[in-house]
Amino acid sequence: MVSVAKRQRLQDFFFHRLTQTFSLLVLIALTGIIASLFFNAWPVFKKFGLHFIWYVEWDIINEEFGAAIAIVGTIASAGIAMLIAVPLAFGIAVFLTETCPVWLRRSLGTSIELLAAVPSIIYGMFGLFVFAPIFADYLQVPLQKVLGGMPLVGFLFGGATNGMGILAAGIILAFMVLPFIAAVMRDVFEVTPPILRESAYGLGCTTWEVVRKVVLPYTQKGVIGGVMLGLGRALGETMAVTFVIGNANRMPTSLFSPGTSIASTLANEFGEADDFHIAALFALGFLLFVITFVVLAMAKILVLQTEKAKGV
Amino acid sequence: MLTNFNQQLYNRRRRANAQGLILSMVAMGLGLAVLLWILFVLLSNGLAALDWNMFTKDTPAPGSEGGGLRNAIVGSLMMVGLSVLVSTPVGILAGIYLTEYGDQSKTAELTRFVTDIMLSAPSIVLGLFVYAIAVATVGNFSGYAGSLALSLIAIPVVMRTTENMLRLVPSSLREAAFALGAPRWKVSTMVTLRAAKSGVITGLLLAVARISGETAPLLFTALNNQFFSTDMGKPMANLPVVIFQFAMSPYDNWIRLAWGGALLITMAVLVLNILARVFFREKISA
Repeated sequence: MVSVAKRQRLQDFFFHRLTQTFSLLVLIALTGIIASLFFNAWPVFKKFGLHFIWYVEWDIINEEFGAAIAIVGTIASAGIAMLIAVPLAFGIAVFLTETCPVWLRRSLGTSIELLAAVPSIIYGMFGLFVFAPIFADYLQVPLQKVLGGMPLVGFLFGGATNGMGILAAGIILAFMVLPFIAAVMRDVFEVTPPILRESAYGLGCTTWEVVRKVVLPYTQKGVIGGVMLGLGRALGETMAVTFVIGNANRMPTSLFSPGTSIASTLANEFGEADDFHIAALFALGFLLFVITFVVLAMAKILVLQTEKAKGV
Repeated sequence: MLTNFNQQLYNRRRRANAQGLILSMVAMGLGLAVLLWILFVLLSNGLAALDWNMFTKDTPAPGSEGGGLRNAIVGSLMMVGLSVLVSTPVGILAGIYLTEYGDQSKTAELTRFVTDIMLSAPSIVLGLFVYAIAVATVGNFSGYAGSLALSLIAIPVVMRTTENMLRLVPSSLREAAFALGAPRWKVSTMVTLRAAKSGVITGLLLAVARISGETAPLLFTALNNQFFSTDMGKPMANLPVVIFQFAMSPYDNWIRLAWGGALLITMAVLVLNILARVFFREKISA
């Protein structure tokens, strides 16, 4: 009997340590990622220092590297994506939680979730082959005609109208992150206690007022968390962007001008890079990881806080 | 006068309500329309490219006619398969730790937090990481490195779903097993894990779906291979990278194959997602 107990205790001990080791793997991977990226990027950081971040140059032949062009491209395309995707996602979430007939809710919700699973390369191909030509003919040309000559904003619509560029990448990204954001928003909207909602209706509020003044304030943090989750995805997205951003290592001067994002620079140049160029690409990767990590961590904290509020 | 004012206020509120709700419907319609449009384009281009050669011939040389995607399909299956073999035990055991052992501890909290971030971390950076540890050190691109990169994406998915599913198992079940004198590892593997089986399978399916469409982490790890190869120690063809390369090329035949491959991947991913849902629903009704 004693030996059985002893054996079981030993087995338990090993099982405990085994599972613990595996769960710690995630933390080890995280530190490994940060350390290895930084280590491989070190030659570049040593040469350019912090200046690397705002140095507007990406000259492979003379080995002059700065991240500014890629950072601007990344932030501009992700920012445009958010401007488009957030209102749309909000509308979709409101529709799914308030106006949609109950029998349709589940199938529409599922189709939104399924669309979030479509690989991003599909969005990229769609952008390149279908969206870009239409975008060039029916949006870029008219926009340039109407707005291109205007003072102050005119420069935003200058440049070639071939369908590629920062704005096109932003629009494609918007539709890629739309399902993610909409799904999170719907989930947090559903967290609102029915009693709050019903009290507001009882006071005679319209549906819109319930959404604006009860549901939205109650779920504020979760909504912002969902938006930042989408932002994190948009910043780090490679494939949907690479196909349509134009891949030019120049500072973009207008919404139509081709640019590059951190992820698409990596995807395009890594295969043909050598020593110092590779280090520069690692430095870009390091910056991207740090930026998305901060954004995603903030998103996570905000979503957690809403979920905690639900528990009370 | 007052009734007039009330009437005006009431009308304004009704108008705002109608506007808001109509806009939300427009948003839903627009979102669905674009997304359906993407699927339609994919289906029409993909079906046109789909033929038997796609599964029996290898990727063609630049500019040549014919050919298929056999090497890429096999490569993708092998890499995804291996990374499932790796990430399943790791993810499930780690998930068990988070629920059964480290429930409230600070490390478990931190692990959970980091796992959630890794779920959405840019996959291209994971590719860079694997390049640094498994390609640069060895000196060549390999299918193993590709699998490793995919596993890094799959493990957090498996881990978090396993944990969430184990949490749904009522603690009375655990207590009953403990009362019978079962050791902890037996309770975890043979009672709770078994009770949460369908949920865990859901997680696995979602993980497979997630990694089968990933392109970015394979670019610098598995690279690509124009020829048929089952040697995972060498660069390996895989659908996503082939699609990327072919779609960006100027050759019509390559672009046609890219659409075919894109359709294959999307169908696989959607079927896996639907299967995952079916499994999960069975659990709920059981």
